Amino acid sequence: MKKVLSALAASTILCSASAASADSLKIGFLATLSGPPAVLGQHMRDGFLLGVKENDGKLGGLETEVLVVDDELKPDAALTKVQGLLERDKVDMMAGVVFSNVMMAVYKPVIQSETIFVGANSGPSPIAGKGCSPYFFSTSWQNDQNHEVMGKHATQQGYGKVVVMAPNYQAGKDAIAGFKRHYEGEVADEIYTKLGQLDFSAELARIADAKPDAIFTFMPGGMGVNLVKQYDQAGLKGEIPFLSAFTVDETTLPATQNTAVGLFAGAQWASNLDNPANAKFVADFKAEYGYAPSLYAAQGYDAARLIDGALEKTGGDKSKDALMAALKTAPFESVRGDFKFNNNQFPVQDFYLVKAVSKDGAFVTEAVEKVFDDKTDAYAGKCRM
Amino acid sequence: MSATLLAVQTLNGLQLGVLLFLIAAGLTLVFGVMDFINLAHGVQYMLGAYLAVAGYQLTGSFWLALLFALIVSLLAGLALEFLIFRHLYDRDHLDQVLATFGVIIFLNEAVKVIWGAAPLSLPIPAAFDGSFQLMDNLRYPIYRIALIGSGLGVALLLYVLVTRTRIGMLVRAGATNPDMVAALGVNIRRLFMIVFGFGTMLAGFAGIMAAPILSVEPGMGDNLLILAFVVIVIGGIGSIRGAFIAALIIGLVDTLGRSMTTDIARLLLPPAAANDVGPAIASMLIYILMAAVLFFRPSGLFPVTRS
Repeated sequence: MKKVLSALAASTILCSASAASADSLKIGFLATLSGPPAVLGQHMRDGFLLGVKENDGKLGGLETEVLVVDDELKPDAALTKVQGLLERDKVDMMAGVVFSNVMMAVYKPVIQSETIFVGANSGPSPIAGKGCSPYFFSTSWQNDQNHEVMGKHATQQGYGKVVVMAPNYQAGKDAIAGFKRHYEGEVADEIYTKLGQLDFSAELARIADAKPDAIFTFMPGGMGVNLVKQYDQAGLKGEIPFLSAFTVDETTLPATQNTAVGLFAGAQWASNLDNPANAKFVADFKAEYGYAPSLYAAQGYDAARLIDGALEKTGGDKSKDALMAALKTAPFESVRGDFKFNNNQFPVQDFYLVKAVSKDGAFVTEAVEKVFDDKTDAYAGKCRM
Repeated sequence: MSATLLAVQTLNGLQLGVLLFLIAAGLTLVFGVMDFINLAHGVQYMLGAYLAVAGYQLTGSFWLALLFALIVSLLAGLALEFLIFRHLYDRDHLDQVLATFGVIIFLNEAVKVIWGAAPLSLPIPAAFDGSFQLMDNLRYPIYRIALIGSGLGVALLLYVLVTRTRIGMLVRAGATNPDMVAALGVNIRRLFMIVFGFGTMLAGFAGIMAAPILSVEPGMGDNLLILAFVVIVIGGIGSIRGAFIAALIIGLVDTLGRSMTTDIARLLLPPAAANDVGPAIASMLIYILMAAVLFFRPSGLFPVTRS
């Protein structure tokens, strides 16, 4: 009797275990949720979770569990946590990652474990180029692209002399390289500031002394808040046009408010892009979380909907080959409009000049004109896929 | 670099120095008098800024927010002292570092839970809202002059308190020989509590004054804490005068360094290399200065001798 009972129990457990893994989806979501840049991870996570919630907690008909993990902006801590997600929690796929230093640490282990990885923000050039992989899909951009938008815009506006400023780390240097790729005028000065610098009086004095036609800057998070406020207080806002990327967006506008209104940035998404998916996204996000979404939130949301669309296409089949083939066709309506994948599985998309405005009591970015149509990134040629 | 630009950069350097002094003054007071390493000084600065934002949202007035934030940050500091720090005075410096580091982590998370992770800001008070033309294209906000003024005011206040009042005399005596002071019948525990409370209020005051020009976000005090330690190490631990002079020196060296090293590097190296080398040296300058000062005067510029 005992033997029969234990055999029955064992088989029930086995059946239920396999049933759980076939009808459900486990996604490991890695984002920076602590320290000063936490707001970026928060936007991206909230966008992703909204995408899951809108389908009643299911993506592609599969009950979805999202394990949100904080990488603390520390590549070694992130690596340990990702290994836990892959080996202990046995996630079906990984998603997210805000910062490129974390991405460079976790990319290889995830790819080598043959786990599908949907990047929702960071897109360093090695991953878009030589290190590309069929397991990696990006719903954001390649790191240089938003800066290239401003380089092109500066050329179009006829700014002959520009001063560029960025923090002294890899992303800052990539930003300046991206800007220079499409800018045809003279770069009068390249200023590299300390990462986390708070007071820009010395740099602003240098900029005023150089008398450029415009400045281009990449100052994410709190650094951007300080720069924008001090730029306005120094009286430079009306004098020298301020072009930027990742500096003026809905993560920093609640702090800079009126001092940022009228400043320009380059982005692939803005709150006023005219398509039904975006209108729904912006309205639902504000209703759910009570604050205006940024491009990070839009990217997280698109990542969830990409996974949803791909699983719908495979009919709920999680097997890697079928799922990767489905993901590659990008079967979803992106909130940014035109979206398809390039050979390196980074998006081919439009880029806009956006402007910070005050609308209905909130401060948001709005697209003013399209700068690039169906733009590919500069590293796709190096990818052998 | 023109003479005008040099003058402007010197002004910027002095202003940064005064802000550093505001933060370092409380730190050196606590470290010097109580021999207590308070790493949580940086989060007390951050708490002052957040309380100012909260006070402003409650009252709509900068001055009422200032008063509110000063009082509440004093209470918060005293609470921390009563709950945690009091038990650490007799312990090893390393234990103090561990405990106050824990307080940093706790308070950084706490402000994120209460106020959210997004940066906040405080508007400049109407009395100081305005700017004057400093050079072509550049205006200097009057608020920064007010900041310099408040820093000099605090320096004067501390000088008067420490050298001209009875309690200042007890503080100086307690810094030199706490056991003898206790043996003479002074309640040394209460003295320490007063000193600590005052140090907390100074940190909070620095946070409140900095909030209108810097963004208020979790972790805002961490970088400044490191600079504050550099200031008090160079100035001499326990010496307010040392902190003042060292803060001004560091403010000037850092600001002038940032504006000039790349240009100097361009004289010696090709532009691409200069763009790499210049900012790297600029960010290292104050630490090189600290190493140099410690090499020649290990106790700092104005050491306080402890018996």
